[in-house]
Amino acid sequence: MKVIEDLKYAKGHEWVKVEGNRAYIGITDFAQDELGDIVFVELPDVGTNLDADDILGTIESVKAASDIYAPVSGTIVEVNSELEESPELINEDPYEAWVAVIEMADGSEVANLMDGAEYEKFCKEEA
Amino acid sequence: MSNYIPNTEDVKKNMLAEIGYSSIEELFVDIPDRVRLERKLNIKGPMAEMDLMRYMKGLASSNKHGGEYTCFLGAGAYDHYIPSALGHIISRTEFYTSYTPYQPEISQGTLQAIFEYQTMICELTGMDTANASMYDGATAVAEAILMACQATRREKVLVAGSLNPEYKQVSYTYARPQGVSVTELGYKDGSVDLNTLEQSIDNETAAVVIQTPNFFGVIEDLESIAGIAHQNKALLIVSVDPISLALLKPPGELGADIVVGEGQALGNPLNFGGPYVGFFATTKKLMRRMPGRIVGETTDNVGNRGFVLTLQTREQHIRREKATSNICTNQALNALAVTVYLSLMGREGLGEVAEQSLQKAHYLHDKLIDTGLFTPVFKAPFFKEFALKTTISIEKLNSRLLEKGIIGGYPLEKAYPDLKGGWLLAVTEKRTRQEMDALVETIGGIANE
Amino acid sequence: MNRKLIFEISGEGKKGYSLPPLDIEEKGIEDLIPTNMLRDIKPNLPEVSEAEVVRHYTVMSRLNHAVDVGFYPLGSCTMKYNPKINEDIARLEGFTSVHPYQPEETIQGSLAVLYELNQMLCEITGMDQITFQPAAGAHGELTGMLIIKAYHDNNGGEDRNKIFIPDSAHGTNPSSANMAGFDVVEVPSNSRGGVDIQALREMAGSDTAGLMLTNPNTLGLFEEDIIEIAEIIHDAGGLLYFDGANSNAILGITRPGDMGFDVVHLNLHKTFGTPHGGGGPGAGPVGVKKELVSYLPCPLVGFDGEKYYLDYDCPHSIGRIRSFYGNFGAVLRAYAYILTMGAEGLLNVSETAVLNANYMMEKLKPWYDISYDRICMHEFVLSAQRQKKQGVSAMDISKRLIDFGFHPPTTYFPLIVKEALMIEPTETESRETLDAFIDAMIQIAKEAKEDPEKAHTAPHIAPIGRLDETKAARNPRLRWSPN
Repeated sequence: MKVIEDLKYAKGHEWVKVEGNRAYIGITDFAQDELGDIVFVELPDVGTNLDADDILGTIESVKAASDIYAPVSGTIVEVNSELEESPELINEDPYEAWVAVIEMADGSEVANLMDGAEYEKFCKEEA
Repeated sequence: MSNYIPNTEDVKKNMLAEIGYSSIEELFVDIPDRVRLERKLNIKGPMAEMDLMRYMKGLASSNKHGGEYTCFLGAGAYDHYIPSALGHIISRTEFYTSYTPYQPEISQGTLQAIFEYQTMICELTGMDTANASMYDGATAVAEAILMACQATRREKVLVAGSLNPEYKQVSYTYARPQGVSVTELGYKDGSVDLNTLEQSIDNETAAVVIQTPNFFGVIEDLESIAGIAHQNKALLIVSVDPISLALLKPPGELGADIVVGEGQALGNPLNFGGPYVGFFATTKKLMRRMPGRIVGETTDNVGNRGFVLTLQTREQHIRREKATSNICTNQALNALAVTVYLSLMGREGLGEVAEQSLQKAHYLHDKLIDTGLFTPVFKAPFFKEFALKTTISIEKLNSRLLEKGIIGGYPLEKAYPDLKGGWLLAVTEKRTRQEMDALVETIGGIANE
Repeated sequence: MNRKLIFEISGEGKKGYSLPPLDIEEKGIEDLIPTNMLRDIKPNLPEVSEAEVVRHYTVMSRLNHAVDVGFYPLGSCTMKYNPKINEDIARLEGFTSVHPYQPEETIQGSLAVLYELNQMLCEITGMDQITFQPAAGAHGELTGMLIIKAYHDNNGGEDRNKIFIPDSAHGTNPSSANMAGFDVVEVPSNSRGGVDIQALREMAGSDTAGLMLTNPNTLGLFEEDIIEIAEIIHDAGGLLYFDGANSNAILGITRPGDMGFDVVHLNLHKTFGTPHGGGGPGAGPVGVKKELVSYLPCPLVGFDGEKYYLDYDCPHSIGRIRSFYGNFGAVLRAYAYILTMGAEGLLNVSETAVLNANYMMEKLKPWYDISYDRICMHEFVLSAQRQKKQGVSAMDISKRLIDFGFHPPTTYFPLIVKEALMIEPTETESRETLDAFIDAMIQIAKEAKEDPEKAHTAPHIAPIGRLDETKAARNPRLRWSPN
């Protein structure tokens, strides 16, 4: 299982990469491995306002569907439309295949998330 | 000893002994005594095969049926011809004693048939994609309404007054607990009143639901209705008679977002109302919101084409309470009948069925008008069904016709109190000139009394 | 080699039908329908001769496994033998050629069937009235949930919005409850595979609408605490819904009505021998206790001593749930089945089904794990965890069973058992068939240790190899296109 040290992580197995006020959101290697071959990603509409823990989108494999939760509050300003045609990109490189970008309403929420080491421990406890 | 249970009492005794029990009773220890039924069920039977057949034939013959009577009833169920070969194919026990094709390697017969069915429904409706079928036309409309509400995140639906009354009732039943409000639009000249529609629709309307040819047999102006719906970003749901689609422009070409309907007319007998089969088709955009089973094409481990159930994450066994619908099965055998029917009739045959129905319906319509006893309820183009008004009591008409071996039309007053004296007649390709003339003649006799 | 689709054997001018010529004067279509409403091109349906259509579908039928072809121990689906006399009866013209809107005096035979089967199913379930409108089990569940909702709404219980459903339940249960507008609350199972009544007691309260329960449950186990469960729910003011999917275990032995259930659905295609049709048509009639009769879908069938009639007096009805009167063809077959069996026959059905299941379970116990080591009812759940450690999953075992000519069990369900294989033999299988299946399962268990590859690449003897479901879902091709 691959964990990238300088990303932030949420309990729903989402990763967050903060660039200024923008947060890139994706799902972790652990999550993609649990799901198996990903066949479809339901992306949010740009402009949608979300509170932290709202459902941001859905990721589907053949036999499972898993919601992606917004790790932070804000507005969807960009989505990775490449995933519509090639959902397998998430299996290939989950930390490259981001799902959406949230313009954060409150940057301090990032502090509630786990860092790499904490997330690794979290996964071990779950497994 | 039942002829359906192979293990004899001796065999069962041995089996019990082998697993360490002395009586079958010991296997039921987990059932509390208080809830055990300490008596024999009080039901008829057992009956030997000959006795059963005699008894059931007796019941069957106390029905008056299309084998002996000429049927002019429609109103959602139609007496179309079913080619002989169809019954033989769907009686293959490999089809009817199998179940939902969970194991594709040993279910390719059912899966390929559904794939062919989905294709045919797309061809008829002009839509991109179709599911493996629904319970019937009514539940297909109701599920389409729920799907439109989920897709638009809106909770108001407008249904045409000319939609089959039972479809309306089922739609209310499904919509109410979801907090979806269903408002019925009136009708004008037997069709959707475009002005009322424009006044009733707003930016909270999830969908407009119409039927064409509608319950009165009238062909609706789909294109105009679609325009109004789409201006308000509402979806257009169209319920349609599949036979009519051999002649009429497919709803998909006219802007429909979801096309549903009752598939009974395509190779399924009247059967006192069931089993029937609802078809359900939509656009590529809405594909993943469809309820029900869907079959898709894929390949096996060595590259052969094969078929599987697909897009299953929409469904209850994966999403549980978040599923697009609770539907678990389709009406596979009835959908197979549809597939075989459309294969046998083909492009030309279905056209001929539709055209003969159209021609004959107009023949009977004109003949009845010529008697001077009837006037049309609506002046609008119709397909195989039409509504007439008369001063003779419909009950009397129908009971006299019955004496002459004719099952008469549907009294519109049953569902539309404002249409007292309205009589809805359906004419399929099965009706002959002789049968239609006999109906007209009998009516002449009633009027002359 | 790809098998052809019907479209791929189409040829212009070929014809599979014959219709008499139009016997009236033909009018121009454009005189009857405005031309802008007419279709420009005909739908692209195939053009095939009758002989070719018959062969095409006959060959396809042979690619199916079916009850008449071989053992079909698909758990919770009750794939029992479908008696042939019932097919003959259902094809009598006096039943098939009847329009649902015919006048009552012309449909006395069909109404009699509905009326009498109503009485029989009431006796079998301990309920007071049945509706035949629901077309399938899940449809029955929705009907039942709507009845419970309407009952509470009408009795000052508008705030009762919670339906309890065990974690072992079939997926349709939560989905149906949700469609009826309820919030679903999952109830954990206890160590014996039953409802955890301690947890249930803590959950039940003034917002309880009811409980949905399959009994025997999806583990094939009878809920030993059913009396207490019913008390907890009733004391909280809720109602009990019986999912009748597993009724094949209890005919003439115990009745949901006596266990405390208020609403019941039955799957006529499971318990009462009507064919599954490749996924339908089935029938999911719903029965209720007296207090709930007025909430049933309309109409019901009545009898005034001389004739049968459709009764539209249903003041609190939830409304229609389907057009007409349900899947009459299935109802008819179930009626014939019960008449054939009689009371003793039905009891024999359940006793034999339960014996067959226990026999298989005991024989397979040494080879597979069992999560709940108890007497089972008509079905049981094995866990392939031991084999999984050897690299052979439950799905591999299922696929390997195909090589032996068997339909695999229900796989990966119920969700609370890892690597679940749910086996339901039914009463219509001979000991020889059960033994052959047991032998196959034992051989596969041995292979898992010695030659796991055999299961990975299975099935080896099937019309087609393992199919790529990921590809199907990633790039959905849901219809044929000419190119």
